[in-house]
Amino acid sequence: MFKRFIYLEWKAFTRSASFATNLGLKILIFFLIAYFSIVFLALGIGAFYILKKMNLDPLVTVNKFLIYYLLMDLIIRLLLQAIPVMNIRPLLTLPIKKPTIVHFSLGKTILSFFNFVHAFFFIPFTVVLIIEGYDVVSVILWYLAMVSLIYINNFLNILLNNKDNLFAIFVGIVLVLGGFQYYKFFDITNYTSVFFDGLFHTKWMFLLPVLILMGLYYVTFHFFKNNLYLDAGLSTKNKIAKTEDLTWLNQFGTLGTFLKNDIKLIKRNKRSKTTVIMSVVFLFYGFLFFTNKIEAYNNPIMHIFAGIFVSGGFLFTFGQFVPSWDSSYYQLMMTQNIPYKGYLSSKWWLIVIATVVSTLLASFYLYFGWHVYLTIVVGAIYNIGVNSHLVLLAGAYTKTPIDLDSSKGAFGDKKAFNINTMLISLPKLLLPVALYWIGSKVMNPNLGLAMVAIAGLIGFALRDKVFSLIEKVYKTEKYKTIDAYKQKG
Amino acid sequence: MIQVNNLSKTYNGTTVLNIETLEIPKGQSFGLVGNNGAGKTTFFSLLLDLIQPSTGNIINNDVQVNTSENWKPFTASFLDESFLIGYLTPEEYFYFIGDLRGQNKADIDALLAKHEEFFNGEILKNKKYLRDLSKGNQKKVGIIATLIGNPEVVILDEPFANLDPTTVNRLKKIIKELAENPNVTVLVSSHDLMHTVEVCDRIVALNKGEIVKDIQTSRETLQELELFFAV
Repeated sequence: MFKRFIYLEWKAFTRSASFATNLGLKILIFFLIAYFSIVFLALGIGAFYILKKMNLDPLVTVNKFLIYYLLMDLIIRLLLQAIPVMNIRPLLTLPIKKPTIVHFSLGKTILSFFNFVHAFFFIPFTVVLIIEGYDVVSVILWYLAMVSLIYINNFLNILLNNKDNLFAIFVGIVLVLGGFQYYKFFDITNYTSVFFDGLFHTKWMFLLPVLILMGLYYVTFHFFKNNLYLDAGLSTKNKIAKTEDLTWLNQFGTLGTFLKNDIKLIKRNKRSKTTVIMSVVFLFYGFLFFTNKIEAYNNPIMHIFAGIFVSGGFLFTFGQFVPSWDSSYYQLMMTQNIPYKGYLSSKWWLIVIATVVSTLLASFYLYFGWHVYLTIVVGAIYNIGVNSHLVLLAGAYTKTPIDLDSSKGAFGDKKAFNINTMLISLPKLLLPVALYWIGSKVMNPNLGLAMVAIAGLIGFALRDKVFSLIEKVYKTEKYKTIDAYKQKG
Repeated sequence: MIQVNNLSKTYNGTTVLNIETLEIPKGQSFGLVGNNGAGKTTFFSLLLDLIQPSTGNIINNDVQVNTSENWKPFTASFLDESFLIGYLTPEEYFYFIGDLRGQNKADIDALLAKHEEFFNGEILKNKKYLRDLSKGNQKKVGIIATLIGNPEVVILDEPFANLDPTTVNRLKKIIKELAENPNVTVLVSSHDLMHTVEVCDRIVALNKGEIVKDIQTSRETLQELELFFAV
């Protein structure tokens, strides 16, 4: 039976419309995976000796910070690891036992990269421990416990996937714990390291995580099995709808018509709602750069990079997917008397408004000095002038339909923000970074900032020209887009 | 009103539609019948410029549809539920289409009031988004939306499918009313020969993409068609 499922999965993968267009992206992801694997591998081998050199007991130190490692892993999973969605509905009435369906869906997650990447750290680390004369049995039992802990995270992510706001709560927990530890107020690791050390020193203790993992698998399994009904986990929740007129937008003519629609689009669909949350997260992204706490980020080039990101959250998460947001009713749009210009400028204005609001909210960065905030303002100018056009242009070639109605309950994939989004964002950052770099080399960082701002202003001035160009692309791509959007998922 | 010239559509060497010439005069109610895969939806999609013709073209009121977009203001259509915007309430959807077709709120309200019976109390003020309506009710919304802004060409693909018997009869009444207007050309496709014969002046049967029958409706039409599709 599993063989058939795998066959179905393979077909779904190779036959999706986005497969061909995204092949480049897939290759990029492959390189990203290879990169992280190597980084973790190097870390796994090197950690022991580095810690030793710092006169720390490697195993004790690893155990001490393991709680943060696991929490961060869970956060990253909640953010990035998508739950494999199998097309379950058609299978329900076929002679397949429900446990088989659930086992397969869960089994698929075990093979996820998010689990394997840890092996690249833990296996070499374990091997090094054995080579360096630690007790072999203890080390192996400790390793087993680690694997179980990683997989506990895996299943926790699945169970928690449908709850909102958990991501924010976990980030909050880590920040509070980290803050307390930093200011020596309360050190959580004093308590947790006892447990993690115990996994090494006490032979039977490895059973604890193993048993928890088994229990968790059992719970997840039953949670899904019990929800495998059209009116439970696979159901669509009906919300009480309220008709909104938003008449104040009428004064903007056609633009208002589309704006009204877009506002409802963002408000009423889970996937699009996440884009707003992500813009807020992006807002705080700059802290990593401007607090100068991380050495690698502490240079002006990285600062302009952050400047673009701080105000660009909405642009990157929403703008990138225009017109995919309208994919489910694209045929309607193409038969109505719709001026592309009105359609595009509505999206453009949304992006601009979001960018401006983000920039205003980001004024708290003034705390780090006016230069930091100036960087953010320049980033915003560039976002409005250049990147907003770039995303709309790129969107014309985006052929991935977005299933807005995907409220498929427990099995639905609601993650709007994934690795793909990040990857297509990168090119939009290279040009301003390059401009800034040239400016700084020629004279000083201020010239760099000025050059980026000027690029933004030029882009803004060329707006009408760019819009006509995008319009043309939309028209030539029309049939292909319609065709791709017809194939859902 | 609608003139088809040497139209064909080929996918990977298979011709799915091939119409040498077809003329639909203004004011006619035109029925398209045929089995699955006969090319009905392909024809409508070509007429709406949703797919590109392999050869030939369609001229809708002096506008060649695959080169100009000027047919859009006077043409209204509903092919399937991908013409609906799932996250809007029915009212919002009607107002949105109304905005695009240059109608104000009062015009739309008047139209909706006129078709209250058709909605059977299941559509308006029901606190549901379109995505949460049943297939039949979604269809009702889509069909009425095509009447917004007094279009001159109305295209409905399989309008009778998924509707309950009462609604089918109400829909027939609406289509007949439309057909009576000499300025409105109605194009309807269906598997149901009887319904089509009832509402259309002229019926064209497609088979494997070719026109196999083209008849003005009379008392014998239904018989003739049933004979043709007999097994």
